[in-house]
Amino acid sequence: MDFISDIQNYVFLQKALFTSIMVGIICGVIGCFIILRGMALMGDAISHAVLPGIAVSYMLGINYLYGAVFTGLLTSVGIGFISQNSRVKNDSSIGIVFSSFFALGIILIAKAKSTIDLTSILFGNVLSVRSSDMWMTLVIGTIVLLVVILFYKELLVSTFDPTFAASYGLPNRLIHYVLMILLTLVTVASLQTVGVILVVAMLITPASTAYLLTNRLSVMIVLSAAFGAFSAIVGLYFSFEHNLSSGAVIVLVTTVLFLIAFVFSPKQGIFWRYVRIRKNRNGATIRKKESFE
Amino acid sequence: MTYQVEVKDLSVSYDGENVLKNINFNVDGGKLIGIIGPNGAGKSTLMKAVLDLIHRDHGEVLIDGKPMKDVRKKVAYVPQRAAIDWDFPITVQKTVQLGTYPQVGIFRRPGRSEKQWALECLQKVGMDQFAKRQIGELSGGQQQRVFLARALAQKANIFFLDEPFVGIDVTSEALIIGILKELRDAGNSVFVVHHDLTKVEDYFDELLLLNKELITSGPVERVMQPESLKTAYQSQYGLWDTLGVTI
Ligand SMILES: Nc1ncnc2c1ncn2[C@@H]1O[C@H](COP(=O)(O)OP(=O)(O)O)[C@@H](O)[C@H]1O
Ligand SMILES: [Mg+2]
Repeated sequence: MDFISDIQNYVFLQKALFTSIMVGIICGVIGCFIILRGMALMGDAISHAVLPGIAVSYMLGINYLYGAVFTGLLTSVGIGFISQNSRVKNDSSIGIVFSSFFALGIILIAKAKSTIDLTSILFGNVLSVRSSDMWMTLVIGTIVLLVVILFYKELLVSTFDPTFAASYGLPNRLIHYVLMILLTLVTVASLQTVGVILVVAMLITPASTAYLLTNRLSVMIVLSAAFGAFSAIVGLYFSFEHNLSSGAVIVLVTTVLFLIAFVFSPKQGIFWRYVRIRKNRNGATIRKKESFE
Repeated sequence: MTYQVEVKDLSVSYDGENVLKNINFNVDGGKLIGIIGPNGAGKSTLMKAVLDLIHRDHGEVLIDGKPMKDVRKKVAYVPQRAAIDWDFPITVQKTVQLGTYPQVGIFRRPGRSEKQWALECLQKVGMDQFAKRQIGELSGGQQQRVFLARALAQKANIFFLDEPFVGIDVTSEALIIGILKELRDAGNSVFVVHHDLTKVEDYFDELLLLNKELITSGPVERVMQPESLKTAYQSQYGLWDTLGVTI
């Protein structure tokens, strides 16, 4: 295949592939906790809110990771503060805080007048991944996976039954903010692959697909990571072959996987549900006939 | 350790609104205690405040003279069924295994002995054949038994159960009350939030009758007096009175 020989020949393509796979994996892993905690909207918020952080980092000449993590965390604290200290509901305070940060980011990026290109932050540009970006993605990926492996038990309990977790002394709030930090890191790592706007899809679509297929969190995490990585590879292939936006194509591949699971999942899929209903109905009519005879 | 629970001058409010007012009681260990009162009386809130799960305005909770944070590992809590996400990707066996996490501690994984213990606890509630099921694929009574098994897995000595008998079948109810009585007979303290007054004589040694304030507490016969019940269930009885029904 051309794509494989291209990968062997072009370093930029190798970097793009490696980074996309890594992003697919870590988004898949963190995404599981995000959807099980009902925080999909929060994921979207944080990914948008890193924008002003990136702009300010460029102005100050520091690595954009620092600024992004700072505004990402500020957003999650701000959202918590507004919903705890007023009657404004959680989804509304998410909307208020992240759109303000995003708006601020758009202005700051224009003011920064630097080499940053708003479009590539918003939509990603995976073929322009530099070595330094690739290494950063690798470091972020390692941190994320290490934290999830080391604290798997605690993440599981505080996600499934926070009250029980608190009753034996687990710090739920700390765990929440650790997850928010990981979420920000994952967003930053995903900037070049899928961009700010579509990160949320990488977080929730593969995780939701896996959610339809298993009854175990550990299996769900592995499946979700696999779907993320698979979508990254296939998406990159199509975007390269047909010169399409990589982020958009990768996201559409995750959607296709989701639709397949949605229809054919053995337990949850609408196809099997339909078959079961048909079967029960036929069974019922047969039994009815028998009782007539 | 006798697992005596002492609550001194406890008050709790949500958003500035007083829900529990100056609650005082002192229960000796080795008792099966019912917390009763009408809907919204603050029964769940009392349990959470005693467990240090919510902020209290003032007041103190002492277990054998020690604050809750020093005795957490001796305490097991079974929340109201409505508080659980039944679609969560977790099996029955794994849910019970969560009860061993406090003992296992951070950075360690539950090993073979913890898994074995979780299975034994499942057997005690008669749910071992459902070990591999997802927790949502059970009846209400079965779900309640699983969460009791998780509490047993904690090897605790003080048990708090919030409305364990709501919406469950009679077999499960009998099995659960049997286990709770066994725990009591072994010297543990068991607190149960309950709002059905019919069976309290059979179930409990002592009662806490609650409606924002502690109306009365003590042995069941002493609490189940028309006067105190009337005070606690005022609104409901008020309606019956106006309909001409006498109790
Ligand atoms: N998280 C909360 N925020 C605000 N009010 C609450 C909250 N939880 C309970 N309440 C209120 O506190 C009162 C007591 O509730 P609860 O302890 O659940 O009563 P019970 O368990 O006896 O039915 C009720 O009026 C309820 O509406
Ligand atoms: Mg309640």
